[in-house]
Amino acid sequence: MRITVDSDRCVGAGQCVLNAPAIFDQDEDGIVTLLAEPGADQEAAARLAGGLCPSRAITVHEG
Amino acid sequence: MTHTEPATQATCPVTGATAAATDTDPLVVDFPLRAPGIPFPPPEYADYRDRKGLVLSHLPDGKRVWLVTRHEDVRAVLTNPGISSNPEHAGFPNVGETIGVPKQSQVPGWFVGMDSPEHDRFRKALIPEFTVRRVRAMKPAIERTVDAQLDAMLAAGNTADLVADFTLPIPSLVISALLGVPPADREFFESRTRVLVSFRAFSDEERSAAAKDLLRYINRLIDIKQKWGGDDIVTRLLATGAIGAHEMSGVLMLLLIAGHETTANNIALGIVTLLKNPQWIGDERAVEETLRFHSVADLVSLRVAVEDVEIAGQRIKAGEGIVPLVAAANYDENLFACPHAFDPSRSARGHVAFGYGVHQCLGQNLVRVEMEVAYRKLFERIPNLRLDLPDDGLNIKYDGVLYGLHELPVRW
Ligand code: HEM
Ligand code: SF4
Repeated sequence: MRITVDSDRCVGAGQCVLNAPAIFDQDEDGIVTLLAEPGADQEAAARLAGGLCPSRAITVHEG
Repeated sequence: MTHTEPATQATCPVTGATAAATDTDPLVVDFPLRAPGIPFPPPEYADYRDRKGLVLSHLPDGKRVWLVTRHEDVRAVLTNPGISSNPEHAGFPNVGETIGVPKQSQVPGWFVGMDSPEHDRFRKALIPEFTVRRVRAMKPAIERTVDAQLDAMLAAGNTADLVADFTLPIPSLVISALLGVPPADREFFESRTRVLVSFRAFSDEERSAAAKDLLRYINRLIDIKQKWGGDDIVTRLLATGAIGAHEMSGVLMLLLIAGHETTANNIALGIVTLLKNPQWIGDERAVEETLRFHSVADLVSLRVAVEDVEIAGQRIKAGEGIVPLVAAANYDENLFACPHAFDPSRSARGHVAFGYGVHQCLGQNLVRVEMEVAYRKLFERIPNLRLDLPDDGLNIKYDGVLYGLHELPVRW
């Protein structure tokens, strides 16, 4: 699994940080940043965060 | 799920017939519905979700408005670029206005009523103030605010109205601290915001006078921050220059109003639900579930189509109003099994109580902290808290666009 984030789309709702804090963070401006690619045990959290992001700023590439 | 496929492909499971288009004969219903109870979503919502397409209604002023009830359709509406939040468009469903709530006049800086990209400048300027990290750092201050309310209640006797004494003051005090309102003025600030949301206790004139007082106060606050600064949102926004001087008061009023009664109502209803389900008292997961379960902002995310769009196979013409009913979406069995059960152990995360898309609530992480602290402190400090209801039961508030309680009498 690979994650990409589109910081232009991010509206700073923080769903990603709440649901997958090991993978996502918000920078000084409140915009999403990727901390790390998800390990095997974090794939479910990454998918959840991707599904909840209200601005579809997170893309989960499976495989 | 069949209803998101193009309508021409929807096949009846019984007859095998293929349903043709879409903009013929939708169910027409009265709206807004009046079914106050706990939990709030009226039983009709379940019927609407089960139907193909959308449900049509007319506001008292005759405007056509489409009601959207399934979770995925609500999300589709709230992310569709052909659908607008701008109340200036003809056809915008001013639900509040038609049920007696005075129109929120288009103030500069009122960005919840703007579309991208105009909206995004405001949103981007504000999100650093509301990050998960930022609001978690506010927790000790929020705890002190909540404790002070409880101190006052406990000192005053063994009964209280939790709406007046607890749930309304907390969000107002929290937001006034964020805005840098000096402690000496917070009571004034709180008393004015309280008038603003009390449709029953105060007349229209009194409420509009309170709104003017607040606006005047906010303008003075901006002047003060311009001169002296402080560790607050207003000072930092002024420093970035991203928001113009003429827009600042609108932005601050929005923060104040959007986060006041919403939070108060949700906490009040959450307390009632926890008293009825005491096994969940002290469980942090109750926060998310009370947001889903009560969905107080059912009539808040109002929209209008600005192009012809299609939702759930239903064509919506440019200029027609759309009401995504978040309470209906939050009871969609496809996502939340047995939705009428209050069950914090479920994963309530996907709820749309805060809306969805670029307008999804800016204050949501602040609310989560406020709710967690309010529930925890209340039941910790008053473990023998119980309802003290008059014979006619809870006084449910449903005269604005928000669902809540007029009073919440308790004793201990
Ligand atoms: C339980 C409490 C709350 C609920 C249920 C709630 C609900 C909502 C909903 C449904 C929206 C979306 C409106 C739309 O789609 O048009 C929204 C937007 C907003 N909320 Fe909240 N809200 C709550 C508390 C707060 C708080 C405490 C603040 C404080 C700062 C706040 C500030 C805002 C702002 C500024 C917007 C507009 C965001 C934008 O347009 O980008 N809300 N809220
Ligand atoms: S959930 Fe989406 S919009 Fe919210 S901070 Fe994360 S990436 Fe940004």
